[in-house]
Amino acid sequence: MLTRRSLICSASALAAATTLPGLVRAQNRPLRLEITEGVIEPLPFAIPGFIARNGAAADAAADITRVIAADLRGTGLFRQIPDSAHISTVTSFDAPILYPDWQAINAQALIVGEVEQQGGRLIVRFRLFDVFSQQPLGDGLQFVGERDGWRRMAHNVADQVYERITGETGYFDTRVVFVHEEGPKNARLKRLALMDYDGANVQFLTDSRAIVMAPRFSPTGDRIIYTSFLSGQPRVYVMDVASVRSRPLEAISAGNMTFSPRFTADGGTVVFSMEQGGNTDIFRVDVNGGGRTQLTNAPSIETAPSFSPDGSQMVFESDRTGGQQIYVMPAGGGEVRRISQGSGRYGTPVWSPRGDYIAFTKQESGRFHIGVMRTNGSEERLLTASFLDEGPTWAPNGRVLMFTRETAGANGAPAVYSVDISGRNLQRVATPGMASDPSWSPRLP
Amino acid sequence: MTMSLRASALILSATLALSACSQGGLFGRDDAVDLNGAQASGAFGSVSDPRSIAYFNQIVGDRILFAVDQSTLDATSMATLDGQAQWLMTNPEFIALIEGHADEQGTREYNLALGARRAAAVRDYLVSRGVAANRLNTISYGKERPIEICSDESCYRQNRRGVTVLTVGAGV
Repeated sequence: MLTRRSLICSASALAAATTLPGLVRAQNRPLRLEITEGVIEPLPFAIPGFIARNGAAADAAADITRVIAADLRGTGLFRQIPDSAHISTVTSFDAPILYPDWQAINAQALIVGEVEQQGGRLIVRFRLFDVFSQQPLGDGLQFVGERDGWRRMAHNVADQVYERITGETGYFDTRVVFVHEEGPKNARLKRLALMDYDGANVQFLTDSRAIVMAPRFSPTGDRIIYTSFLSGQPRVYVMDVASVRSRPLEAISAGNMTFSPRFTADGGTVVFSMEQGGNTDIFRVDVNGGGRTQLTNAPSIETAPSFSPDGSQMVFESDRTGGQQIYVMPAGGGEVRRISQGSGRYGTPVWSPRGDYIAFTKQESGRFHIGVMRTNGSEERLLTASFLDEGPTWAPNGRVLMFTRETAGANGAPAVYSVDISGRNLQRVATPGMASDPSWSPRLP
Repeated sequence: MTMSLRASALILSATLALSACSQGGLFGRDDAVDLNGAQASGAFGSVSDPRSIAYFNQIVGDRILFAVDQSTLDATSMATLDGQAQWLMTNPEFIALIEGHADEQGTREYNLALGARRAAAVRDYLVSRGVAANRLNTISYGKERPIEICSDESCYRQNRRGVTVLTVGAGV
């Protein structure tokens, strides 16, 4: 769960130590990786094992080093140079960097760090060096946190490295809410669960007595909204993450099925689908109660709403022309405009947190794809293809997507995958079992 | 689960119990087995008893099938539903929960809406044939509860279904 561990980030502590005298500035440009250009050749980095300042910190130092390296490798943007190739050994956090030793093995980025354990707390310090420019990249940083929060501290270091080299916001210190699945295909058991973005620290949020589906985080990450059959009918519930307590979104649902809930950008209201007499439209309600506002009114299926980050527009899917297509309308109502233009069916649109793209599921000729398009429908790009891919969710930096991929057949099983918006670096996320319907949290506070 | 959820589950299960008791769980572990409906267990009575649930399920036919992404009723479906309507009017002590289902070839939330459309199509037809609307409830399972698990049309067509699940009880 998103318990806040005191994670103090002090940018000043090590600044004094970052100026190293007597080294000639190389001719190379400063270290910089432009993700938008589509990285084909991953940037090589070295991360010597973080030094344990005291014996008690030895395990944490090794674990933290391993997780930082895994975070960076997992982006597909970085390649780790194995320790066995290192020429220098780093024996002290404050020792001068022997740049020629790292240049010789073509490490472009060098991460050094140390870990100290004081009682139940860990102190993690790190520095990032641009090997060919022979200078530090940013200040040294120190993170202080509880011992069992070591993974978050590692993710914070990796986020810093990622941000300094790519200029993009990191997404490693994040969590994902998803649906854990068990049992045969015709009698699936489903439970809401939380995990770190990399599959660690799984925590179950519901038991398996009712079907649950399609959870979403609130914009601040402290609440989860989802659909459950707990009452018999599909119905929208809101869960407080810290207490793991749920309540129905609306006190009375008058027997109508409600589903497909999403928070609006400010987190104060929820949009969702409600079925009445077999017809489904989109409604909005204040998360703390109050009357519904009907946003669509058509004799077709309107569902899967998603708001633009500025809250001004809503994208959704509708089959008003026969098959599922994607539409955009002003948040306050008004003209509805179809944006999906290709052949096939389009569903589950999700507005990027950067505002620049809409991710979607496309179904055509018996295949499913995850894709992205500009918010006016142009520049459509399919990122994946399989028997069944669906339900993209954005990393908070708008550069990576997770989604559900289900295999075919009687033993078909769902899993969570990630892919970057260029279509590269497709990976399965290491969940403890079958998993579906991921929703990425914002960066943790 | 939290107390608040438990409380609401109790209230709602009281209304559902009417339609749920003789069929086992409507949602959860037992579902897919129960929804198969093929096995005439003792609780459903004997197929040879025309007033039994077993008779309704197997002789009248408790389900109709839909074309891909459709909720319209074909002639075969209407014939089955005519039989259901007649049976329901002959046996007024029963109420029905109509389940709408979809095959796996679709996104999850759309399929939930599609299942609702299918369940409503069944209900509306039964009402048009004289069954009191207050004896009929609907629910959609979307693609969550397939009865056939292969990934080709032979299974998909069985999963795109509307199932009329009977239980004894007063109209709601």
